[in-house]
Amino acid sequence: MSLVLNEEEIMLRDSAAGFLAETANVEAFRKHRDNPPPTGFDQALWGSIAEMGWCGIAIDEAHGGLGYGFTGLGLIIEQMGKNLTVSPFNSTVLMAGTAIAQFGTEAQKQEWLPKIAAGEVVMALAIQEGSHFDLEGLSTSVLAQGDGFAVKAEKRQVLDAMGADAYVVVGKDASGYQAFVVAADQVSIRDQSMVDARSSGTVAIDATLSADAQMDIESLNKGGLERALDVINIGLAAELLGVSVEAFERTVGFLRERKQFGKVIGSFQGLQHRAADLFAELELCKAIVLKGLRAVDAGDDLSGLASAVKAKLAQISQRATNEGVQMHGGIGMTDEYDIGFFIKRARVLEHTLGDFHYHLDRYALQGGY
Amino acid sequence: MSDLNTFRTEARAWLEANCPESMRVPIRSFEDIYNGGRNPEMSHPDQKVWCDRMAERGWTVPEWPTAYGGGGLSKEETKVLREEMARIGARPALDSFGISMLGPALLKFGNEEQKLEHLPPIVRGEIRWCQGYSEPNAGSDLASLATRAEDKGDHYIVNGQKIWTSYADKADWIFCLVRTDNTGSKHEGISFVLFDMATPGVTTRPIKLISGSSPFCETFFDDVPVLKKNLVGEEGKGWTIAKYLLTHEREMISSFGAASGKKTLGQRAVHNMGADVSGRLRAGTLRSVIAQYQLDTLAFGATMEKVTAEAKAGQGLGPASSIFKYYGTELNKRRNELLLSVEGESALGWDGEEYSEGEIARAWLRSKGNSIEGGTSEVQLNIVAKRVLGLPDA
Repeated sequence: MSLVLNEEEIMLRDSAAGFLAETANVEAFRKHRDNPPPTGFDQALWGSIAEMGWCGIAIDEAHGGLGYGFTGLGLIIEQMGKNLTVSPFNSTVLMAGTAIAQFGTEAQKQEWLPKIAAGEVVMALAIQEGSHFDLEGLSTSVLAQGDGFAVKAEKRQVLDAMGADAYVVVGKDASGYQAFVVAADQVSIRDQSMVDARSSGTVAIDATLSADAQMDIESLNKGGLERALDVINIGLAAELLGVSVEAFERTVGFLRERKQFGKVIGSFQGLQHRAADLFAELELCKAIVLKGLRAVDAGDDLSGLASAVKAKLAQISQRATNEGVQMHGGIGMTDEYDIGFFIKRARVLEHTLGDFHYHLDRYALQGGY
Repeated sequence: MSDLNTFRTEARAWLEANCPESMRVPIRSFEDIYNGGRNPEMSHPDQKVWCDRMAERGWTVPEWPTAYGGGGLSKEETKVLREEMARIGARPALDSFGISMLGPALLKFGNEEQKLEHLPPIVRGEIRWCQGYSEPNAGSDLASLATRAEDKGDHYIVNGQKIWTSYADKADWIFCLVRTDNTGSKHEGISFVLFDMATPGVTTRPIKLISGSSPFCETFFDDVPVLKKNLVGEEGKGWTIAKYLLTHEREMISSFGAASGKKTLGQRAVHNMGADVSGRLRAGTLRSVIAQYQLDTLAFGATMEKVTAEAKAGQGLGPASSIFKYYGTELNKRRNELLLSVEGESALGWDGEEYSEGEIARAWLRSKGNSIEGGTSEVQLNIVAKRVLGLPDA
């Protein structure tokens, strides 16, 4: 598919941009940060998002969605990144929704996808164990018990853990990957909000689950898990793109205004060249994110691409947000000024499901070296 | 579509019958590329035969109008022709600055008489052109050029010096930027003129580069007469043409970075240095640098793809196009540095069969010029900062 947005996609992007800039913007984020609701998100905003149909945009029509495609979803997520919008959209739609669509049983798809599409449920993906995301190192214990399973696991960095109604829990035992859909009353949660001031936590499961809680193990182990994670990482990269571009635009705006030594600091070549080089890198980021989104929609093999997209955005989001603070100078270090919010959000997104080093390593392995 | 199929059938038959066998083997050295001219350099006599046959149909420059000797083909037909040439491994019949640089400028800015005089010999490969732009004191700051053209009624007298003139010692004519007026701003008063390199008063001296080759020259003009009919566009308005051509040149240079061999750098490194049981290249730090290069190459490719798609969709040439020259040449330099790391000792070889006559080292050294010629990387960043980001002058 061509790397250009069609009219419909441009309209979708612009309407998302308009809505979010008005109602779920950086000012709203600051209020949320200073006074977080107990569930971790604003119910009214979540209701509006659902009303606009965004939750079902990438879910197929057979399961209650719009079947519009993943590119559309990515465009919305990018705008959420620009506005630092707080909602359980990523955890529910991008993460749990993608996981269920990829390796849920048909019964689970029938049960959960229409609810996700309608914004009637909040879900989260629980997969990481330990300090780093490491797919090969997972070690959830799963024992067959009667008709069901005894599952014991502790999952870290679960985004939107606090407000979720159900969790997709992915682990590994001797036979391979395991995955279950687990209701909120079967887990215990430790709230551990991270640097980006969003809801996040550690989820502990020590429960007996019925047989129908188990997901489609065959598809999970035959590439379904990798594909789901690839798709999700491309979605996360779309948010990183929004965060980075916004941080950059604010920074360039500051360079045009701020005066020192009797001149606008943006006239200094030392700063100009750094800004211009970063501009070039961000243009590359825009292109590779769109390439990733299109590849998901085309059903292309994502090996060699998804990790590239995530690694590139991880790296350039670091640069864009670091330069954002540095070029703002002292004011960039203050809590009162907004640029610091972007650096915090960027790092949490980067470290969700594999950071720069993880994905660069994986990209190299997939390239045969 | 059926017209296109008919064209394909005819082109295929004609190419089969007319492309010499010797012109169906891959280009191995610069000498294999035919540049034409009054005294053409050839590694094989069939180069001229092949060029003459193609030129007769205008197929050396298939998209130019037939009135100027071109093939008059549509974009689609040109694509079919290139596909059919690729099918039998046919070499391009002619490659020259006349085709890639002067031709587009004349088509846009030249008058009818100039087009009729100069374009057909370019198509036929009879005249080889060079470009007189840079001067010893006007490199990145090209507009401060000082070569003077004095008005003598029906002609100018040109005095001055150019440098980095590609293949000036082999070219027959030059398109040249000269100063016809000193009174206004530096961008005004520049004129774009054409003259024969055999004119008395023109001398050239090749410059030997660190790569060992001498593709560039110093070019001296000592009271060189140039007829006024050879002024392209208006007197004093040559900077517009120069800028147009520079953009064109930058696009060409940025595509240098796209070249790729069969094995990727990473795979070559594994071949040379080995991998561990997990398949990871043993040289761990080199592995990261290679992966970073490959990642950026992938993203750069996507950027070119995106800009092309946007232009085709009528969304215009986005600001991303302004980074092509900068990013493409920097990538190419990185690639060449990495080739040295990956190939080790053999990459440093200069002479001898075993070292392929220093192919890697020479290409590596040559690549250093990519970010200097056609506007340095630093000038490109200045342009992005000012024109795209709207940052003010110092």
